[in-house]
Amino acid sequence: MLLSRRLLCSLVLALTPLAALGQTDTPIIAAASDLKFAATEIAAAFKTETGMEVTLVFGSTGNFATQIREGAPFQMFMAADETYVAELAAEGLTRDAGALYAEGRIVMIVPKGSGMLADGSLESLRAALAAGGVTHFAIANPDHAPYGLRAREALQHAGLWEALGPKLVLGENVSQAAQFATSGDAQGGIIAYSLALAPEVSALGDYALIPAAWHSPLQQRMVLLKSAGPVAEAFYAYMNSDPARAIMERYGFALPQ
Amino acid sequence: MDWVSLLLSLRLAGWTVAILLPVAVFAGRFLAYRSFAGKGLVEALVMLPLVLPPTVLGFYLLVSLGARSPIGQGWQALFGGPLVFTFPGLLIASVIFNLPFAIQPSQRGFESIPVALREAAACCGMSPLRALWRVELPLAWPGLMTAMALTFAHTLGEFGIVLMVGGSIPGQTKTIAISIYDKVQGFDMTGAAVMSATLLAISLVTIWLTFWLSARLGRRLS
Repeated sequence: MLLSRRLLCSLVLALTPLAALGQTDTPIIAAASDLKFAATEIAAAFKTETGMEVTLVFGSTGNFATQIREGAPFQMFMAADETYVAELAAEGLTRDAGALYAEGRIVMIVPKGSGMLADGSLESLRAALAAGGVTHFAIANPDHAPYGLRAREALQHAGLWEALGPKLVLGENVSQAAQFATSGDAQGGIIAYSLALAPEVSALGDYALIPAAWHSPLQQRMVLLKSAGPVAEAFYAYMNSDPARAIMERYGFALPQ
Repeated sequence: MDWVSLLLSLRLAGWTVAILLPVAVFAGRFLAYRSFAGKGLVEALVMLPLVLPPTVLGFYLLVSLGARSPIGQGWQALFGGPLVFTFPGLLIASVIFNLPFAIQPSQRGFESIPVALREAAACCGMSPLRALWRVELPLAWPGLMTAMALTFAHTLGEFGIVLMVGGSIPGQTKTIAISIYDKVQGFDMTGAAVMSATLLAISLVTIWLTFWLSARLGRRLS
């Protein structure tokens, strides 16, 4: 019994100090996955410049909207599609209607060594499909990820949606779709331009912009939630500053004037 | 290496074990000794989290603990914050999810105690509580140890439920398993590899240590 009692004691000891650890007082900001690299850089610049810190959580816009309805403790929401923000605002869950901060674009990406060329007109995909050279093609889940929905619209515009159906692999968000598309196990995918421009991703494949006219615009809107404090407010304002806008432009976003 | 997430996972596992240990002792003992109408149903209910997909459990927890549920609203009124997407919410989910891992081995442990021994303890004039402490617990200990080790290791590996009710908030609900998932999505394969290896090592050591301890105890008792 001695050994196990000692084990129990150490367990209790381990619990107590840990209870205090890992508590974050910094505001939590829910950001769409296409912002994974851009927003991380902006948060770092925000910290250097103001000394204030925010915690970024990335995921699909639709999932975040659901979580906010269930009471998730986010102070700010940076959506990839403004319709989700409009719904939350109508339900009284946000401080106001928010502000547009960027317009996103989609690209076709192919991993190195794929049989396909990166081609914004999707003609290479059409040819590869006809030749039976496509086993898997990655997009984000169109049900709750705005970039997945736009990918579907572009594929429908090109008349490839039906043929591609059984080959599709769906990422839970656009960042996972990018992971799938560049893994080498799929011949390609449609992901956010902002992710393709990140060195971590562009090292893995080639990409080409898909015409913006092929899908409804990705109007990205941010909004402060009811619980927003001064740091979240400062970050919200910082998104409109020159350094933040420069970073967003570098990641291929078109910015509102 | 994401230390905040690892510490959070260890904290969650520790608390889950701490809460489930007394539950395992009393529920396991009760199920081992008593037979009553509907016992099969109770045992089936205890085993349910083992066979249900974590997403099903996660869905029910999200709905029953969420901001629009009576429980979620009661918690909000008492503590001024939401229950889902917080550590206490995650702990509730973890406790429910681990019920079979805690109760089953404990029940087997108590079942292995010969009835004659328990009767002898009663004949000696031991109170039920004293008999539990001096006779039954030492004998059922290997089962309880397995229960706690499985609960601990299983909590470290929990993913689906955490994804559903967690929200991936650093220091609150972003456990090591979620952090690995995030690292892969963020194209940080090195980070994911380091954390996966750490988790593998911790889980292996936990289970190995338990088997070693129960074998040692078993030898000493026999």
